[in-house]
Amino acid sequence: MISRNFDVLVIGGGSAGLAAAESIADNGFSVAVADRENYLGGILNQCIHNGFGLHEYGEDLTGPEYAQRCIEKIGKRKNIEVFLETTINHAEETPDGMVLYGFSRSLGIIRLSTRGLVLAMGCRERNRGNIGIPGTRPAGVFTAGLAQRLVNIDGYVPGKEVVLVGSGDIGLIMARRMTWVGSKVLAVVEIQPYPSGLARNISQCIDDFGIPLYLSHVISRIRGKDRVEGVDVTPRVNGILNHEETFTLKCDTLLLSVGLIPDNELSKKLGVELNPQTGGPVVDADLMTSRPGVFACGNVLHVHDLVDSVSAEARRCGTAVCNYLREEERGEQGDAVAGSNIRYVIPGKFRPGRKMVFTMRPLIVKNKAELKISQGKKPVCTRRLVHVQPSEMISITVDLDGAETKRGPLEFHLH
Amino acid sequence: MKKTLVCISCPVGCRLTVSTEEDGSLCVTGNLCARGEEYGREEALSPKRVVTATAPIDSSTRRRIPVKTDGFLPREMINGLLTEIYRLTVAPPVEAGDVLIENFKESGINVVATRSIRE
Repeated sequence: MISRNFDVLVIGGGSAGLAAAESIADNGFSVAVADRENYLGGILNQCIHNGFGLHEYGEDLTGPEYAQRCIEKIGKRKNIEVFLETTINHAEETPDGMVLYGFSRSLGIIRLSTRGLVLAMGCRERNRGNIGIPGTRPAGVFTAGLAQRLVNIDGYVPGKEVVLVGSGDIGLIMARRMTWVGSKVLAVVEIQPYPSGLARNISQCIDDFGIPLYLSHVISRIRGKDRVEGVDVTPRVNGILNHEETFTLKCDTLLLSVGLIPDNELSKKLGVELNPQTGGPVVDADLMTSRPGVFACGNVLHVHDLVDSVSAEARRCGTAVCNYLREEERGEQGDAVAGSNIRYVIPGKFRPGRKMVFTMRPLIVKNKAELKISQGKKPVCTRRLVHVQPSEMISITVDLDGAETKRGPLEFHLH
Repeated sequence: MKKTLVCISCPVGCRLTVSTEEDGSLCVTGNLCARGEEYGREEALSPKRVVTATAPIDSSTRRRIPVKTDGFLPREMINGLLTEIYRLTVAPPVEAGDVLIENFKESGINVVATRSIRE
């Protein structure tokens, strides 16, 4: 068995893992990056559409182009070693750090000892089981991301006549992609009364092709024995299905774009505490989980909508890991909590005297909103936001010079 | 003429109104930036899109190579371009940015690789 020692092990070689590894290596520490695929860049490689990198690079890049920039930065650094086709699946604590075991296609079982660990495994898709669609269980039901991988990486077309469930951006992008590979997209079915994807994706991915969008509708049955033969679509009125208005769409494929879940199976094995609001680990002001030395960033921590904000968060995580390795004084921390109209705040802790970036999900749709950050009755700062909606993450830098932990939690209120 | 559009230049998605003035010129309102004005004008006259797709590649490691147009192509030319992209036989080594289709049907638009595949 091959046994190696690194200052930090990063699990996952996507946008989060690569940016974290880069910032840790720049501080002079040795880093290993392990990824289960035989290429770096993660999910970006299958996101062949443009729209990435506007914040990070001031350019409109495709997913593979953004990935390539991340990979090239890693390649230039001598103190980063990459383990591809390697799945980490077991961890043990040791007196001076931890030991992780994994399976590598080329090296067999490997043993990596490390002082710091960065969780950067990303997220996975909710599937048919998660939303409980009734009906038979034929072939032809895919998640949108799996279909995207089949088309863009493996070169297969998963079906000819397609119905999409969910109007999130991945689903909309796939409606256009399936049309552009010659399949017919019959409908996009959305349970909510409004689309969950960006207006520009409604415009350029379904309106351009005349694909009907059924709002306040659900798939009430999947039909077919060996292969999908059709789906029943039922309107939803005030939360109740109106079965009298059900109609059937004949199709051979159903694609599901119904949300993402941080992929924390390994985190659970490590005994890391999870946050039920985000599905990701509970982290402190340094993005460190409940297990000392174990950090998290990117979609494994909470699902982001822009890769640019993943890269920025991962760099902050990398810096925090380095401070931990240098055994810098960590200082006292207070709680950062979601107040009115905010679903969650990451991180859930603050450290006084610092400038910190907080990211949060709003619960409301509003133009000219105001975000008030306070400690008890004492206001810390106020930000005006041009437009807020749940599908767009809010990211702000807060100067915590005047904050004190004894004054109680830092609260975020949106009005 | 009066048209309402959603600007696709960035994630904000401004709702634009494009109307024809008495002198025949186009007036765009609702945009937050200059790109919106340009998009509104172009969309009213001749809609154009960036096209992204994948082409087959004869590689030992990959089956498809991702590609994009290096600019905006008139919408009515998209299907013809896709047919041509899917007919390509690309051989490595390819660097991101390499031109795979040059000046498609005199449109001035090239198709370039968006990923380097070296073997």
